[in-house]
Formats: sequence, structure tokens, C-alpha cells
Amino acid sequence: MSDDPESGSTRDNDGTRFDRLPATADERVVEGRPTREEVLDWWAERFGVPPEAFDGHTFWERGSGKIWAFADDVASPVAIEGLGLAFLRTRREHWKPTLEAVQRFGDAADDCVVHLSREEAAAFVAGDDQELDWDGDWGYLIVTTDVAGEPEPVGVGLYVHGELRSQVPKGRRREL
Amino acid sequence: MDVLERYESLVDDFDAFRAACERPLPSVVRVNTLKTTVERARDALEESDIAHEPVGWHDGLFALPEDQPGTNWPYVLGWIHGQEEVSAVPAEVLDPEPGERVWDACAAPGSKTTQLAALMDDRGLLVATDNNLGRISALRSNAERAGATNVAVTHEDARNHSLKPFRGPDSDEGTEGAPYDRALVDVPCSCEGTIRKNPDALDDWELDHVEGISGVQKGVLRRAIQTTREGGTVVYSTCTFAPEENEAVLDHALAEESCELVEFDLPLESAPGVTEWQGERFDDSVERAKRIYPHHNDTGGFFCAKLEVTAE
Repeated sequence: MSDDPESGSTRDNDGTRFDRLPATADERVVEGRPTREEVLDWWAERFGVPPEAFDGHTFWERGSGKIWAFADDVASPVAIEGLGLAFLRTRREHWKPTLEAVQRFGDAADDCVVHLSREEAAAFVAGDDQELDWDGDWGYLIVTTDVAGEPEPVGVGLYVHGELRSQVPKGRRREL
Repeated sequence: MDVLERYESLVDDFDAFRAACERPLPSVVRVNTLKTTVERARDALEESDIAHEPVGWHDGLFALPEDQPGTNWPYVLGWIHGQEEVSAVPAEVLDPEPGERVWDACAAPGSKTTQLAALMDDRGLLVATDNNLGRISALRSNAERAGATNVAVTHEDARNHSLKPFRGPDSDEGTEGAPYDRALVDVPCSCEGTIRKNPDALDDWELDHVEGISGVQKGVLRRAIQTTREGGTVVYSTCTFAPEENEAVLDHALAEESCELVEFDLPLESAPGVTEWQGERFDDSVERAKRIYPHHNDTGGFFCAKLEVTAE
């Protein structure tokens, strides 16, 4: 098990494999690796997504700060191509959720959520930035729009200086 | 040569079969129940003015007579996935349950993988294997767009698939992970059954290729049986009519591995597997497999068999 505490020693992240996140900072062995507790706290503090939304999921790092959510648990490490859903980027100044994570878990969010009209949402999905009034926190927001009568999380926007910048990856952009 | 002519002795109403093979198929989408319900997906299609028709035997499939999936709201949200109607059969026959361990042996580009994840309600372990990195990238992209979190993707030759990466969280180094409850073996094949989607499918058809690929198919099916627990289920499927790739592969597995073919229900018209082909005789139980011909249900062509793993 790679997550066992080792007194006083730290290791570097091996970006070629999936390593399970330590539960808490006390169990951290790999320098700079976020903990499960930090990940749950971040979703709760930034977006109001309760920790229960991730019950049953384990969290894994592969690459530098690329965190994956996996619905099962296996022995760590795992050297394969994919383990669940890539859902969060850490090891940078501001953590950033993926579009897929927001579409899958963003239903439970009630903070830092910006609701767009259908036209604005179409521009967002096309990758366009747009001027927008927003009196909440700057930074990464969950973008929603009404589909089939209810608000649905579409993706991640970056709000700074009066502008919502589309963070939809190139391969996911569409002209609707 | 005319490839389809070789099946004249197998097919009832060969003229209707031929005529069906020459008609194009509409685009079909499957609703991804990991992200929405069939009802909301239907509402979203209506809201986007996309004509859609139910296919009858499966609640979550809609034919789109005028559209391609890809540039509409339900697609962008991962609510629908383009998948030919008949290609939805094997995952339904495998019928995995939430919490099980399941192997999708030839998984890319992932239509069936995402369907399996939805049938498992995204719980348990779904290992998806492919031997081509380019196709794995499509598989990963489709699994993520579907919002599946129970999929583990491996890059390897399915014939040598290893259970080692999937050991329990407290297990020692080196031990194998537990065997699978179910495995889907939807093998690469000569794709004769896809002629209605791809009129060029038979241009490069060669008997050598059919015979070569059947060796790969046998290897993958055997590995699936070996890695599935006693009493577990393996589904074998192809989109070809060639008995060399269908009944002959099953016959080989029955002779070499501990398994038997079992009966299953299918809400589509089909013909039984054939026990004889060009002088070769197969185990009688291959009749329990199902051949789906294009003229039976106005779909693509398909072959599907269900096996149970038995004691050695």
C-alpha cells in the first residue's frame, strides 16, 4: 500500500500510475498530494456540494495534480489508462473542476453557480467569452442553463473582471 | 466476389435479406440514464426540435430520422449517445447488476461500455480493455462524457488480460484480483452486418482475414471464460454473418474451456445459430445463439450468444 505513513520521509509523485489519495494530512506520504478530506472540503466550501455526494467514491492522483473519482476501490497503485472520471486539477494556485465532474456532480451545487439563458449557454458551449454581471466570488464557476424545464450543469467558466471565460475544452465545444 | 451470396443457404427469404442490406439505416441514440431519465431526454429532444421515434423493443433507444447526434443540447450534456439499435443487444443480454465486477474485453469506442455502466447504475467495477491507444482515447472520452465513474480502462491484448491491477484494497502485492461476475466479448470482426451503415464494409473482405480474425476471437473468448467465476456469465457477440467468426468460435470455446451455452430471451426476431457450415459440424448447443438478420427487424446484422462458466 502506497498510502502507509512513513515516518519523516516524503516521496515524489509518480505521474505514470494511479495512487489513492490519503484520507487526511497525517497519512500523506507524497509531497503536495491533496487528501480526500481536502477534496471533500473544497467541493463543499466552493460549491456547496455536500461530502455525501461522493460517498462510495475513492479519489486517485495520476499525472501532476490530476485527480480522478472512482466508484469502487482497488489496491493502490494501479498502472492503467483510466480509473473512473478525471474530475479535478490541483497542484496549481486555484483548483479547477473538469466539465465532466460538473456535469455529473454539479446538480448538488448551490454556490458559485451562474445560470445562463439558452443563448448565453450556447455561446459558452461554443467556447466564447462574454461580459456578465456577477456579484459572487471570482474564479471557477459552475455554469447552468434550463434544459427540459430544469437547470442543468453544462460546464466550467472562469469569472474575472466582469467577464465569464468559457473553459469548455476544445474537443467538447459545439455550435448549437 | 459477392460476399453476401455465401450465406444464401443460411438465410430465410434471401431476396428480402439482400434488399434490406441495401437500405440505409437511420441514426439511433441511446439515452444515458447515468445523467438523465428517458422522459427528460425525450423532452430535451422535443425542445431542440429533433425528430425522434421509439424503436419499440427498448425504451431508451430513439431513431433520429433527420438528425445526426453531436450538435444538440441533449448530446452536449451527455444525455444521449449515438449507437446503432442492434448494437444495444449484447449489454442487455449480459444484464450486469450494480456492484458486480464486469469485463468489457474489446471496449473501444465505448458505446457498450457506457451502456454497461448505466445498467450497473455506475456501481461496482467495469474494466474496459482495448489494444489500440487511439481507440482508447475515444473510449475514455465517451466514458467521461457519459459521466461514468466505475470504468477502469486498460491498454492490452485482451487475450493476455491480467487481473493483477484489480486486487482488493488490502491485498498483498502480486496476487490476482477476484474473477469477474460477467464479461462482454464483443470482438473485432469482418463487420458484414454493418453494411447498411457503411456501404464500403465489404470492399476489402477476404476469406484469409475472416480465418485470421477468428483466431483472435477464440483467444479473447477463452480469456474471458478463464477470468470469469464459476456460475458467471459471458456474452459473445459480433456484427458479422460468417459462421467462421460465430458458431466456430463458440464450438472452440466449448471444447477448450469449462462453459456451456444457455438459452436467453430477446425481444427481437432472430434465427438460431447454425450447426453446420461448409462441411464442418459444430456442437449442437450453438443453436442457442441468435442470428439477427437485417430483414428481420429492419436493423443491422448481428450475432449474440450467452455462456455460463461451469466447474472444471
